[in-house]
Amino acid sequence: MSAALLPGASPNDKDFLLAVEGLTVSFDGFKAVNDVSFYVDPDEIRVIIGPNGAGKTTVLDLICGRTKATSGSIKYRGQELTRLSESAIVQAGVGRKFQTPSIYDDLTVFENLEISFPRGRTVLGALTFKRDAEVRDRIHAIAEMIFLKDHLDARAEFLSHGQKQWLEIGMLLIQDPELLMLDEPVAGMSVAERKKTAELLHQIIKGRSVLVIEHDMKFVEDIAHRVTVLHQGRVLSEGSMERVKNDPKVVEVYLGH
Amino acid sequence: MKLPTLNDNPFMKPMEWVSLLLLAGLILVLLPLALDSFRLNLVGKYLTYAFVALGLVICWGYCGILSLGQGVFFGLGGYCMAMYLKLEASSVENTRIQSTPGIPDFMDWNQVTALPWFWKPFHSLPLTLIAVVAVPTLFAFVIGAAMFKRRVGGTYFAIITQAIAAILTILIVGQQGYTGGINGITDLRTLNGWDIRTDAAKTILYFVNGGLLIACILVAQAVKRSKLGRILVAMRDKEDRVRFSGYAVASFKIFAFCLAAAFAAVGGAMFTLQVGFMSPSFVGIVPSIEMVIYTAVGGRLSLFGAVYGTLLVNWAKTSFSESFPELWLFGLGALFIAVVLAFPNGLAGIWRQHVEPRLSRKPKSPALPAVLPHGAPAE
Repeated sequence: MSAALLPGASPNDKDFLLAVEGLTVSFDGFKAVNDVSFYVDPDEIRVIIGPNGAGKTTVLDLICGRTKATSGSIKYRGQELTRLSESAIVQAGVGRKFQTPSIYDDLTVFENLEISFPRGRTVLGALTFKRDAEVRDRIHAIAEMIFLKDHLDARAEFLSHGQKQWLEIGMLLIQDPELLMLDEPVAGMSVAERKKTAELLHQIIKGRSVLVIEHDMKFVEDIAHRVTVLHQGRVLSEGSMERVKNDPKVVEVYLGH
Repeated sequence: MKLPTLNDNPFMKPMEWVSLLLLAGLILVLLPLALDSFRLNLVGKYLTYAFVALGLVICWGYCGILSLGQGVFFGLGGYCMAMYLKLEASSVENTRIQSTPGIPDFMDWNQVTALPWFWKPFHSLPLTLIAVVAVPTLFAFVIGAAMFKRRVGGTYFAIITQAIAAILTILIVGQQGYTGGINGITDLRTLNGWDIRTDAAKTILYFVNGGLLIACILVAQAVKRSKLGRILVAMRDKEDRVRFSGYAVASFKIFAFCLAAAFAAVGGAMFTLQVGFMSPSFVGIVPSIEMVIYTAVGGRLSLFGAVYGTLLVNWAKTSFSESFPELWLFGLGALFIAVVLAFPNGLAGIWRQHVEPRLSRKPKSPALPAVLPHGAPAE
């Protein structure tokens, strides 16, 4: 892992998988994200923490194109994302999991995973898509990973909350993104499910970077390589969990409560 | 452990093949044997609406886009066909009493002295057949692209389609010299020299119509079972998840809307051929909403249900409006509310819930597999 970068240092974008610089978004004059810069290395797990309303989810929305930035730049492997459409950003290799499990209730687990398989994404491609051995093998492999191999034929609405979260993570895995963004992946999970999810995350990070928003500090400590603390739309602190934990500014606004 | 649906994705399940055969038997064998030529022609007319209902199953049932303006596409398809038939009926010999012979009679009455440019391609039968499908589909593409790329959906989209239906009606009525106005295009006689007004011709057209309907059901079925069909369902559930799985959501909605328009257009053209005229009363808001009701009654998720729903509501309409003409619209409204409240999946839903389980005695319920309870202990 490369040395932690001090905020404000001028880096060369090319070394980073993701370089966010001077990112600002303003909703009717309110700056939900204000001049945020951070850099994510290949194979790094970065956790974003911060109190409610700090702009964490908005940062993910900006990266995946759901919200358009007012100013600033988001470079993914040197490619500017702020100008691309949502689907082009996905195709460039960025995957996003939403906060509440976002799956297709009316389809089976198998079909949920199949839709995320990165082939046949145009209208014509989807019409002529063949469920061949490659697709099936990959779906079976992912289902095994996300603890759902016995539920492939179940309609997704009958899964438990934790299983739905895993399914959505599985849907992202099948896309095979290089940058995986997870918004509170363990929220609402039981202790046992949380433990399994941590295992799952450790397993899937190989060969990709992960950007996670999480409130559960024990979980954060367990997975994070580095932590970025947001507060009122700005970067308050950044570094290892150890460093951030002992930063007096962070203790005051967040961890001290 | 046996996983029945996992590895095979057949074109149709056995039950669906049975349904298709039953429907084909009803339309192509039973009804022609049982009905006289007048009633058969009436059923043929109803079945042209079934094309619209079929499109609505894909567009509304599967994709969740409610269009209250399908009459527009039905009408455009019908008008394209009527323009060809009208030109053929307006030969110089047939119209020599007009001040400008060789143009449709309503143009002559409205002091139009030359055939407008957009009528000219309809001298050709091949061009007409292309236009019947292409014009409504292109129009749907333009509307769809304008709306869905801007993420207009739901109620707003429904209202806009309704407004378009109203606008097109007003336009057709207002431009009497070019469109025939409120009377529509009437007095149609021959299709490429073949008299379509005889009983024999009407019977043949009925079978052509039935065959086309079955063909459209098969096309819709192919779309439904493809990955595209599942993407439509997924979009109805969680549009953002589909978008952030790398799909340009708008293109898929445009496709569903265009397919529905193309089906409606085929129905419209067959309507003109079988009924012998086309008028703005099949374009506007009321017929468009009636077509949605056919779909709702039949079951908006069932291709076969849509056809039965259309037949049933139209049969009811004919029977009731013969006896109580002023009550029919109230009856139709009440039917729609009742279906939405009590049977959201229409006739097909009732069939699936109550009849099908009795037919297949096997106690199977693959829809409800064993699912681990929330927070099951980890090994």
